[in-house]
Amino acid sequence: MEAIKHFINTISAPYIMFPVVLLLFFFVFPPTTGLMKINRRLGLYKLWTKQGGIALFSTLIVFFGFGLTDENFRKIVMKPDNVPIVALIFLVVFFLWLSMKQGWENDARIAQGKLPNEAEDAKEKILVWPDLVYIEFICLIICSAFLIVWAILLPAPLEEPANPSVSPNPSKAPWYFLGLQEMLVYFDPWIAGVLFPTVIIFGMMCIPFIDTNRKGSGYYTFQQRQMAISIFLFFWLVLWIFLIITGTFLRGPNWNFFGPFEYWDPHKLVALTNVNLSEFIYMIVLNQKLPSNILLREMWGILLIIAYFGLIPWMLAKTAFRTLYEKMGVARYSIFTILLLMSASLPIKMFLRWAFNIKYIVAIPEFFFNI
Amino acid sequence: MAQEKNNPIQDFFKNLPQSQLARAIFRTGIPRNRRQRMMIMLNSVFLHLHPVRLPKHAVKVKYTWCMGGLSFFVFLVLTVTGILLMFYYRPTVEYAYGDIIDLGEQVPLGIMREIHRWSAHLMVITVWLHMFRVFMTGSYKPPREFNWSVGVILLVLTMLMSFTGYLLPWDQLAIWAITVGSNMAGATPVLGTSGPGSALLALGDVNFIHSASDARFAMLGGRFVGEGALLRFYVLHCIGLPFVMMIFMIVHFWRVRKDGGISGPT
Ligand code: HEM
Repeated sequence: MEAIKHFINTISAPYIMFPVVLLLFFFVFPPTTGLMKINRRLGLYKLWTKQGGIALFSTLIVFFGFGLTDENFRKIVMKPDNVPIVALIFLVVFFLWLSMKQGWENDARIAQGKLPNEAEDAKEKILVWPDLVYIEFICLIICSAFLIVWAILLPAPLEEPANPSVSPNPSKAPWYFLGLQEMLVYFDPWIAGVLFPTVIIFGMMCIPFIDTNRKGSGYYTFQQRQMAISIFLFFWLVLWIFLIITGTFLRGPNWNFFGPFEYWDPHKLVALTNVNLSEFIYMIVLNQKLPSNILLREMWGILLIIAYFGLIPWMLAKTAFRTLYEKMGVARYSIFTILLLMSASLPIKMFLRWAFNIKYIVAIPEFFFNI
Repeated sequence: MAQEKNNPIQDFFKNLPQSQLARAIFRTGIPRNRRQRMMIMLNSVFLHLHPVRLPKHAVKVKYTWCMGGLSFFVFLVLTVTGILLMFYYRPTVEYAYGDIIDLGEQVPLGIMREIHRWSAHLMVITVWLHMFRVFMTGSYKPPREFNWSVGVILLVLTMLMSFTGYLLPWDQLAIWAITVGSNMAGATPVLGTSGPGSALLALGDVNFIHSASDARFAMLGGRFVGEGALLRFYVLHCIGLPFVMMIFMIVHFWRVRKDGGISGPT
């Protein structure tokens, strides 16, 4: 028992869990035909069958069932405001399975030259009264009953009266913003709290205009839109839901990492020896003092950022993304690649932190400008 | 003949659907035939949000998961329970916390706060799942691009509603969550004191952006989460944001119909 718990605690550390999730993700939701072949060879698509669904759910239930026997786990999971997130995990897995299952079923039908299931159904027209009205009515009743039972069983949390001089440790934002708060570990507030949310909202509104693939509108499919679905799910599952789960369940006092079965010890010490890129280059690699001129000092980082956003889209347009570039046109392509690079900057920054203890690429604290 | 001697109470209920009162309220009467089933959809202001006829796939739960409809329903639940809460809750530092306690202990049927809070969480979840469904069925593709963008705004508004409501109980959980959240506003580029470029908005020596005049101050109505913030969040939560949200919802529902109804394979 203790050994299993210890093992889970260890592997759920961000620097192990995140790379594993990242790698697995692209095999389970392959964006390209090459990865799709591997997916098929490994049989990963079987997750989206009845048996796969049962396997997924049993794993989840066994994990939570096992977890609830542990006091530390119970304490975090049963916190009233965290209960919705547990529900969220189950719901997301269920609906992910439901949509992928229908997608793969339709793909199989299309491969045989048949129409997708929805098209078969759509041949028949039905009256909204009573067919739809009844379904809605039943949905409403189930939902109301669910809410009332939930409200009776679980009292809403109320802590001590507000006291501006005593700050709880950890202080957490509401759970749906914890993905952003988790990003604060790697980026300054002006990026994690202002720039990224703005870009996320803008980027989401751009989706219909960036995705020029006309196929797969109005029915579930995976293969006809694998690139689009893979990218979207990457954002939604990995950079949003997964970070929220990390932020909620695995971040304790001082925003230190704690495994799911670990006691939230406020005195846990984590060595912090982060350096900035400029310090890394001048002091560690070149072995000299930091230049006093800010621009000279931060030149490397600034060049790196310019190259990242300026050169990479251009280089990709000439190589891997050539057909994409031709299909999308300049405006769509630029927005698409810049958004993609911005989101990739999070895993990159994580990696730099874990591997080289890099804090900032560009650090100009004089102007609050740190990247 | 025996049937005509029914007791008057039974007769009353039997004739109720045909009575003057019922016909005055419901134009269609009980829908029995095809024509009446169509007319009932057209005659009711609520039902006419729907079309009269739909392709069968659009009605199946496994296609839409009912998530858009449920988001709207939960929004209505929140409106009703929210109005009930407003009878008891006073948004001042002095009373807020005590009023929340009274809501549970003194008010009859004291689970309104629970329903409101759990519905709020639920709405965030259902809206996310609705967005996920819309993506997975490719329903944002033309001609529905604009409605997707309206949806994104609704998503942001939903989270802002939840965020502003989080402060109102005025307990430790509330003010520190909002403190964490609003500190980010202070880091807004150019407009926040601790954001990059905040020194740019200056006239000679006079800085326009300082801790008593920046993005964070505008949000909190003060330098920290206090009386001003409570009132601002209360007004936004109860009037401002719901108002904006209603407008976007109207546009959203209208466009679902105008864009050709629920998406489907063509
Ligand atoms: C307060 C939040 C929202 C409410 C109450 C709402 C409500 C609805 C309803 C009732 C429908 C009809 C179909 C269905 O039930 O699935 C619908 C469709 C749609 N919604 Fe939303 N929605 C909300 C948020 C969003 C968001 C966040 C998005 C996307 C980012 C979105 C995009 C769409 C689109 C594109 C359709 C058309 C789907 C189709 O034709 O299949 N909505 N919405």
